[in-house]
Amino acid sequence: MAWRLRIAPEKTSFDFFAYQKLTFGGSMVLTVVAMLLWAVMGLNFGIEFKGGTTIRTESAVTVDVGAYRAALEGSALGDVVITEVFDPSFRADQHVAMVRIGAQEGDEAVTPETIAKVEAALKVLDPGMTFPSVESVGAKVSGELVQSAILAMVAASLGIMAYIWLRFEWQYAVGGVLALIHDIFITIGVFALFQLKFDLSIIAALLTILGYSINDTVVVFDRLRENLIKYKTMPLRDVMNLSVNETLSRTLMTSFTTIIALVAMMIYGGDVIRGFVFAITFGVVLGTYSSVFVAKNIVLMFGLDRSDKPKTGKGADHEFANVDA
Amino acid sequence: MLYTPLWKRILILAICIWGIVAAVPNLNYTRVETHNDAAKAIAKAGFATPQEEADLALWPEVLPSKLVNLGLDLRGGAHLLAEVKVGDVYTQRMEVLWPEVRDALRDLRDQVGAVQRLPSVAGVLRVAVTNPDGLAAAVEKVRALATPVVSLTGIGQNDIEVTVDGQEIVIQLSEAERVATDARTIQQSLEIIRRRIDLVGTREPTIQRQGADRILIQVPGIGSAAELKQLIGKTAKLTFNPVVGRTSDAGAAPGARNLLLPARGEPGVFYIVEAAPVVSGEELVDSQPAFDQDSRPAVNFRFNPAGARKFGDYTAANIGAPFAIVLDGEVISAPTIQSHISGGSGIITGSFTIEESTELSVLLRAGALPAELIFLEERTVGPELGQDSIDAGRTAALVAMVAVVLYMWASYGLFGLFANLALAINMALIFGALSTVGGTLTLPGIAGIVLTIGMAVDANVLVFERIREELRLAKSPAQAIELGYERALSAIIDSNITTFITAVVLFAVGAGPVRGFAITLGIGIITSVFTAVFVTRMITEVWLNWRKPATIQV
Repeated sequence: MAWRLRIAPEKTSFDFFAYQKLTFGGSMVLTVVAMLLWAVMGLNFGIEFKGGTTIRTESAVTVDVGAYRAALEGSALGDVVITEVFDPSFRADQHVAMVRIGAQEGDEAVTPETIAKVEAALKVLDPGMTFPSVESVGAKVSGELVQSAILAMVAASLGIMAYIWLRFEWQYAVGGVLALIHDIFITIGVFALFQLKFDLSIIAALLTILGYSINDTVVVFDRLRENLIKYKTMPLRDVMNLSVNETLSRTLMTSFTTIIALVAMMIYGGDVIRGFVFAITFGVVLGTYSSVFVAKNIVLMFGLDRSDKPKTGKGADHEFANVDA
Repeated sequence: MLYTPLWKRILILAICIWGIVAAVPNLNYTRVETHNDAAKAIAKAGFATPQEEADLALWPEVLPSKLVNLGLDLRGGAHLLAEVKVGDVYTQRMEVLWPEVRDALRDLRDQVGAVQRLPSVAGVLRVAVTNPDGLAAAVEKVRALATPVVSLTGIGQNDIEVTVDGQEIVIQLSEAERVATDARTIQQSLEIIRRRIDLVGTREPTIQRQGADRILIQVPGIGSAAELKQLIGKTAKLTFNPVVGRTSDAGAAPGARNLLLPARGEPGVFYIVEAAPVVSGEELVDSQPAFDQDSRPAVNFRFNPAGARKFGDYTAANIGAPFAIVLDGEVISAPTIQSHISGGSGIITGSFTIEESTELSVLLRAGALPAELIFLEERTVGPELGQDSIDAGRTAALVAMVAVVLYMWASYGLFGLFANLALAINMALIFGALSTVGGTLTLPGIAGIVLTIGMAVDANVLVFERIREELRLAKSPAQAIELGYERALSAIIDSNITTFITAVVLFAVGAGPVRGFAITLGIGIITSVFTAVFVTRMITEVWLNWRKPATIQV
């Protein structure tokens, strides 16, 4: 037999419910903590969500955040945030910073005068300074973007739920979507905890996590469905363990290839999308975890109808018949 | 047993080859782009300069030349989201209507008494008459000023709505007219902006309506959004000039204080017009598609009082003579003055279709933006930053690709190589599909492709793991492979459809770069399922039938 790289042994028989209190319970606690963090600390919204202007500066002189702040002090711009940006791909004489200015009065994004004022004030520090990107979003648009972002998350979740319900059963749909909510909330919680910039691309990242995580979960569910037919008398809990064990090698394999690709993007992809790639990477790890430790536990809590009889009555009592757990 | 029909194999192979051929231009991006630009310039001019001939020869005509569009974040350029203040137009219309109302009611002075305009909110005209008994007659008189709405949905409705509030007459645009006016306002704004940007001749600007009253403008290669804003704000020059003569000689001497101007839409026709206009576009307040007495499509136009007086005097003195409507140095049309046009409004008749009369009315108003633009969002990305992003994305994609390829090889041996071949075809298909549908690649889009590199092997992983399981059950190689594909299919389909749902949602609600990400993710899902389910399967089959191994190791 030729050598093969393996992350998981060929055949595993872990009991994935063994430390349920720690894994599933811990996940629930973390989700709640993440919600609290979000509620208490709030998110460090990018200009897409709260309006304002960001100016990227590039200079041959080392960035001194204090000096930048002092230079802008007299301009009466209100809320100004200056952060230095680092990236391994930068040249030795390339010093980049982001200057963020709060939203101006009214619907208008920004006046050319404001930008000119900021650029002039900063050029005092280094006459050779360039401004490779300037972005501004007015308060009106940002409000709408928040709405459409929430709408997107809800629409995607409902779409996924409907599809799984059609293909599987409602318990799977609920389990799958609750696992998604777990992934999304904990990711948001991390963004709140570390006050990472939360902009429109993070919403795209969250939706990607949604897609990836449900992909993983569905593979486990698919095996569960198959094994339920194969082992009609085995307790639901054992069938679930068997299904997760059988798919474990694939679950880890896919997560690894995805994470390899994402890590490459995180290292070499540049600072512009690092936040976006970080969110996806974090979510992929979480999504893998949740499809093994969260989704199926929820299905187990609801129980499944394993009777062979064709479903005639659609009453609730029938749905819950033959609950194994 | 393990056999794909020949027609299916040919089809699969054809799709793969198509993908590779369609993706190839992107490897020579600059060359193909130069070629395409030259081809476009030649088609426009009708002849080719030696430089253009040379550029054209850079890329063979037989190969596809469609490229993936690069988003602004990669190419550099400016992006603006403008809101058109459509309400401005309602106010303007009421301002113009007031003198008409006053004049109309003056004729009924005996019945209604004195007429007075009352202060009111923007877009609403409030008029009071001193004699309440004459109110009904006054309302009737004002209603007679209304004209039918010219639009598909507003048929049978009038443009103004006249109601009575106590002793006051309230006049405002009707709902149908507002809708029609809004549509016209946006259309005019789009047209004007497009003309402005075409003037500077940058490559492929995007100017499109977004939502009810917004316009999205993306211009690659422009220095900054501020520069773009200035350009859009500039007013077009519209003039009404007396015509001296008409000629087909492009070199004709127009004479002192005259201009030689080409006719729009009629190549080889030139007009000699007096340089001093009778009236200019700044004095035009409105122009709308209409119908003449014989129900033929025509265009209405209206001047402000000063323009109306000048135009009236000129037409009274020059009945039977042509005058030219000149926009940006081109004669749009040169109608003959039929009668003295007093009151500041006139009608241009001709053999128009409804579309043409609508278009001309738009063009007539193209002189000035119909309403103020408010810029809600603006972005500038420098070309260097864009190039840095492309380079970073390319490096990341290559590193990811190499790492995944090695990892798959180490994990699945020969089968891993099959999957890697499929992965390469998958990449080609993504770029081929993106080029063909004219998709736009953005920085998040590149991230989407990198993510696809990681996730694309998933379908293969599912199959291979399944084959391993079947082999453990002591199935023959051919049987195990067949069962592996068969049994993994439901998981592949279900898991990818759910991911696809999120891509669709992203595309539907996302904007700009996010949409670019959704497109690459969506295309990547389709191509990865295709390559896993058909391509690797075919490769495996061919290998199996060729080597006929007694045992296999996945």
